[in-house]
Amino acid sequence: MPFVPHTTEDVAAMLSVIGVDSVEDLFDEIPSELKTGALAQIPGALSEMEIGRLMSERAAADGRPLSFLGAGAYEHHIPAPVWAIATRGEFYSAYTPYQAEASQGTLQVIYEYQSMMCALTGMEVSNASLYDGASALAEACLTAVRANRSSTARKILVPRALNPTYLKVAEAIAGKQNLVFESVDFDRAQGRTPIDVLRPYEGRDFAALVVQQPNFFGVLEDVDALTDWAHAQGMLLIAVVNPIALGILKPPGRWGSGKGADIVCGEGQPLGVPLSSGGPYFGFMTTRMSYVRQMPGRIVGRTLDSDGRPGFTLTLQAREQHIRRSKANSNICTNQGLTVTAATIYLSLLGAEGLARVATASLARTRDLVAALTGLRGVRAVFSGPGFHEAVLSLDRPVAPVLAALAQRGILGGLDLSEQFPELGHALLVCATETKTDDDIARYARTLAEI
Amino acid sequence: MSEPTGDLPKDLKYTKSHEWVRTLADSSIEVGITDHAQGALGDLVFVEVPEVGRTLSAGAACAVVESVKAASDIYSPVDGRVVASNAALATTPELVNQAPYTEGWLIRIAVDASAPPPALLDAAAYARYLAEETN
Repeated sequence: MPFVPHTTEDVAAMLSVIGVDSVEDLFDEIPSELKTGALAQIPGALSEMEIGRLMSERAAADGRPLSFLGAGAYEHHIPAPVWAIATRGEFYSAYTPYQAEASQGTLQVIYEYQSMMCALTGMEVSNASLYDGASALAEACLTAVRANRSSTARKILVPRALNPTYLKVAEAIAGKQNLVFESVDFDRAQGRTPIDVLRPYEGRDFAALVVQQPNFFGVLEDVDALTDWAHAQGMLLIAVVNPIALGILKPPGRWGSGKGADIVCGEGQPLGVPLSSGGPYFGFMTTRMSYVRQMPGRIVGRTLDSDGRPGFTLTLQAREQHIRRSKANSNICTNQGLTVTAATIYLSLLGAEGLARVATASLARTRDLVAALTGLRGVRAVFSGPGFHEAVLSLDRPVAPVLAALAQRGILGGLDLSEQFPELGHALLVCATETKTDDDIARYARTLAEI
Repeated sequence: MSEPTGDLPKDLKYTKSHEWVRTLADSSIEVGITDHAQGALGDLVFVEVPEVGRTLSAGAACAVVESVKAASDIYSPVDGRVVASNAALATTPELVNQAPYTEGWLIRIAVDASAPPPALLDAAAYARYLAEETN
């Protein structure tokens, strides 16, 4: 079936009603030099049989490596019901239907998702999700600049221990809106961001401080001290968190001695979304009610219909692009409906106890992994600070060839940090989740020893 | 649409973007939106006013009024500095609907005396402008 179901006759009938000769004429206000010609890079159409075969071959080329790679996307066990339910026809739509009259089920799922994210992060209001964790941080920074009315600076303080990809994305999105990011260094011994490195910024105008917990190195930041410091400086505190870690860590809404983090965001992929070539994932964002009008994205609310029955509908839409046009909070006016549905089912199945068990098991597996690998000659742990399910190891030789040799033996050994953090030397970021067994860890150690 | 020229207070000045301006005893000005504007927006659910001390430029957006169906910018009629904002609107934005020319005021501005005086309409001129616009 063609994607656009109009027949040639349908199109001709519609054009004649509005008095236009051709579909191209509808786009004549776009200058011709801006229009692309033929899409030369796009190959010709394939049949279903041909495309199925091509994709199978490409998937097989990936193999089924044993992965100790994290760095922002994490392999967790996904209970079978998650995608069995998420792929039901009622949910598995190419687009998220928002029409309250026709979409109560979808809207309720989003509402339940928002409620879960509020509970998990300790905040008052959640949006319906954003594209991914990195773009959620960009939007959080823009939100902070709008929300922090005691600051006139469009400046954000970010730790160097933040996922570098997140900073690149935030700069690409928010930099175009004149936000400036300044990086603060981390402690070389502990791998976290000490208050001391923030002292030079005291008395200077920044809209917000970003804190990632756990940080990119897997190390736990002293979030209470950082939150109190930011608030004492009149900055908002943007928390970037791993939702699995929140199964056992204090929610950002309770960081510090005051009202906690102001905006919380992060990558939702660990909650039931598979590692599929980098996406689609989803970003989450929660905040306090007092900042709700500065938050981007869709929000589903619970209300009563004209007969007094409970129901769900989009709310606070005046912030959004289709109402506020160029002055909307964001040009992103959608959400990641399907992956959010999976995450909602995942969290429903696990509950608070299950999430804590996943987090605890991941932490334990990573300790086992670090112990096994640092038992080898030439391998040592770089940081002494407490961590979650990732750790930085240093090798006695360049990391890239080691990772290549491991990959040849079916192991994804982690992320080579030497390019992004040259000051750490031959540094390797490794991760183990609850999916890794004693045998898996022993195999990694044995293979590494052989290389 | 009903005849919009009804009860325009004669002591106020008006803008084509539907703000009203009242000159106070200390020569600062009070700014709100007209009855016509609040009627067009519908029930207001949120009003965002600028911080006291903020510098404003004539014609630049300085506040936001949000109804259930739209959010609209309010433009400063003058160059100046915000000396007060209507704190009651944070919890009772409907004051703008109920009493647009009195309790529903938005901000008070100390006018920058060095700037050229703004081109404002009197009640009769604003009434004619509304009549033209609605036709």
